[in-house]
Amino acid sequence: MNNVFVYCEIEEGVVAEVSQELLTKGRKLADELKCKLEAVVVGHNLKGVEEQIIPYGVDVLHMADDPRLEPYTTLPHTSIVVKLFEMEKPQIALMGATSIGRDLGPRVSSALHSGLTADCTSLEIGEHEDKKLGVKYDNLLYQIRPAFGGNIIATIINPDCRPQMATVREGVMKKEIRDAAYKGKIKQIDVSQFVKPEDFVVEIIERHIEKSKVNIKSASIVVAGGYGMGSRENFNLLYELAEVLGGEVGASRAAVDAGYTTHERQIGQTGVTVRPKLYIACGISGQIQHRAGMEESAQIIAINTDPEAPINAIADYVITGDVAEIIPKMIKYYRKNTK
Amino acid sequence: MKGFKIVVLAKQVPDTRNVGKDAMKADGTVNRAALPAIFNPEDLNALEQALRIKDMVPGTVITILTMGPGRAAEIIREGMFRGADDGVLLTDRAFAGSDTLATSYALAQAIKKMGKVDLIIAGRQAIDGDTAQVGPQVAEKLNLPQVTYVEEIRQIDNGKVVMKRRLERGVEVVSCPLPLVITVNGTAPDCRSRNAKLLMKYKHAKTVSELQNTNEDYLHLYNDRPFLNITEWSVNDIESDAAQLGLAGSPTKVKKIDNVVLQAKEAKVLTAGDEDLEELMKELIANHTIG
Repeated sequence: MNNVFVYCEIEEGVVAEVSQELLTKGRKLADELKCKLEAVVVGHNLKGVEEQIIPYGVDVLHMADDPRLEPYTTLPHTSIVVKLFEMEKPQIALMGATSIGRDLGPRVSSALHSGLTADCTSLEIGEHEDKKLGVKYDNLLYQIRPAFGGNIIATIINPDCRPQMATVREGVMKKEIRDAAYKGKIKQIDVSQFVKPEDFVVEIIERHIEKSKVNIKSASIVVAGGYGMGSRENFNLLYELAEVLGGEVGASRAAVDAGYTTHERQIGQTGVTVRPKLYIACGISGQIQHRAGMEESAQIIAINTDPEAPINAIADYVITGDVAEIIPKMIKYYRKNTK
Repeated sequence: MKGFKIVVLAKQVPDTRNVGKDAMKADGTVNRAALPAIFNPEDLNALEQALRIKDMVPGTVITILTMGPGRAAEIIREGMFRGADDGVLLTDRAFAGSDTLATSYALAQAIKKMGKVDLIIAGRQAIDGDTAQVGPQVAEKLNLPQVTYVEEIRQIDNGKVVMKRRLERGVEVVSCPLPLVITVNGTAPDCRSRNAKLLMKYKHAKTVSELQNTNEDYLHLYNDRPFLNITEWSVNDIESDAAQLGLAGSPTKVKKIDNVVLQAKEAKVLTAGDEDLEELMKELIANHTIG
């Protein structure tokens, strides 16, 4: 009772990275709260997936295994999670801010009348005093996220309703195995007791899911472009520089929205978070949502025509000028000095 | 085929994509007045999907439902200029401070008052919060199935809707029986523009509150042309439990708002000149950052 729960996403026997990142965070929160970490996985042919979950420090893993539960559909997964939460009364429940977590989370929070905060960039334990009511709360989950187009950072709490729910994007938290030999218990969920026949009204007719091809998360050098790149053609310069340096190309949301590149390259609160050795921001103004996804980069070069661009404040090197002129020179001098 | 009754959920939002220097007040709060109020972009994608159904199935009626202050009637008119039939503005101080759950409760109660509705279509998320929670929560409150991230409604007949979903790493085609809640992704087709005839027809459409400021000479217009009346509901017009409304009905509370202040750190400032750039590349190679 009153433990920390993580909903683990699964696709063909592989637990999602984001779920393992949340297990790592969940373990730390559970340590701080001196409670257990529990996980729930809902799908089919789940035998063995505990090996991808329990080592993150999971004390109890709830498994719902049924051919009708994979691929994910909203209603049966909601029924299982809601019923499990009603029985186990978690104090905190975390999900990935993915197309599954952002579909399931709100549905579950509505059924349980509990608060949910989307796309958190930080989760902490803290206290709160409601001076009007004269009530003090200990050990609340601070759900921290940029809001209002990134102009503010909001700390959200759920003083009275449980579980305190939050979703977090992939790559925001770091994943770390607690102990490869960690001892956790597996509890099988009796699926037929949890779902209703009418939960299966949505029928999946076709499904094409690709494994992510672009891997900017593990790149040690990221060359990222923003709206200031001006065009899809100019974006090609970034690919050239990335190739020469052995890096990957990333983008701000504005560049993706403008069609300069695809969403899988988006870095920031609504994309992925990267921590490369070197981050080269080209024509990126540096809105907080974007910075949330890259500010932990070891070194940052900002190339911008605007000397006042917000990105400059977190950069190690600021180059003021035209990217179309600067990038070819960088390539030239890199080649010259490495030969 | 008889027409469908469709409710499009829409929100008027500050245009957070174009935030100017005066967007924040000196005390660190958001200066809403400095931000233009717009029709939430993905709600326009949602409206387009509804309009396409109306194109295919004559007799379909599209109602825009929005919750917000009085001025939110602007987006109902905007929707009517593009082909929506009417709209309902849900406005009351009792709704102030609502989080997504309290908002969803109020919207769901308003939809219940509308009688039989076949389809509820909303944008995936609003740009001022980016939560994507209201659609699924309205579905749960109404005990309806939901299909999120929809890019295209392909077919709607025999009581079933077939639609394509856009997920992070692919697509899914699903079918779901009516009634249901659909949320539409920004990758769906853009909304058609205003129609000149509809603009002429609805440009004077007003809510009761707006009518109070209207020149009396024109008031007869609103009796002669009932389509010019935009429905306005307060908390008293819907059945509701006060404990689920507004601030009291919101499980999430804002503990603290921090203004985004950039901590300037020492940066090397370089020019675009050859010398500076060559020095930079040499330095990065020397400290093993690259190469």
